[in-house]
Amino acid sequence: MIIRLQSEDFDPEREAQMLDVKGAGARVSFVGTVRDSARDRTITALEIEHYPQMTRAELARIGAAAQSRHNLQEVLIIHRHGRLACHERIVLVTVWSAHRAEAFAGCQAIVDALKTRAPFWKKEISPEGALWVPGQTPQDLG
Amino acid sequence: MITVRCFAAVREILGWDTRELAPTDAPRRASDVLSALAGPRAADLPKPLLVAINCEHASLASLVRDGDEVAFFPPVSGG
Repeated sequence: MIIRLQSEDFDPEREAQMLDVKGAGARVSFVGTVRDSARDRTITALEIEHYPQMTRAELARIGAAAQSRHNLQEVLIIHRHGRLACHERIVLVTVWSAHRAEAFAGCQAIVDALKTRAPFWKKEISPEGALWVPGQTPQDLG
Repeated sequence: MITVRCFAAVREILGWDTRELAPTDAPRRASDVLSALAGPRAADLPKPLLVAINCEHASLASLVRDGDEVAFFPPVSGG
């Protein structure tokens, strides 16, 4: 499993190809990008704050859980932080498995868990001002 | 010592990101740690307020021990 937290952009295809996963019959990738509008406001940029030590640990837990539950052969998660302009890439999740169903399910499980468990907070910057994006709560904490 | 960290809107409301707190003889819950440091501003914090102890999700009722790192933050929005 490879987990990277970085401020700089990444090339999704190049990152995935750098991992030579032998025997995988399927590779599924998700790329999240900064939207240019939200809640009827024009968004010019996104500021992403995170809790570095916990982010790393939590992403490792999320990746390991999906790997074992969905029989994934390899997991790659790259998440950016800092100030991102609209349309920039935020996150890459790529998973490899023997068959497509496991790869689709495993990738979705990781992306869903990022939303509720990974300690990132987004502030939307718009001409009207800056607003924190309402976050989500881990389901098992109520 | 107990290290206390806060993030995002919690950091902005409290006006600090890291504090140290001397341990007490009696066991203390995360909610007690927050009360000791946030004072009346605790009422202004986002709800629900999330808690992590030593980089794992916990709750306001979780016990905090000497040497622990406790963090308070709003609901998360990764991905």
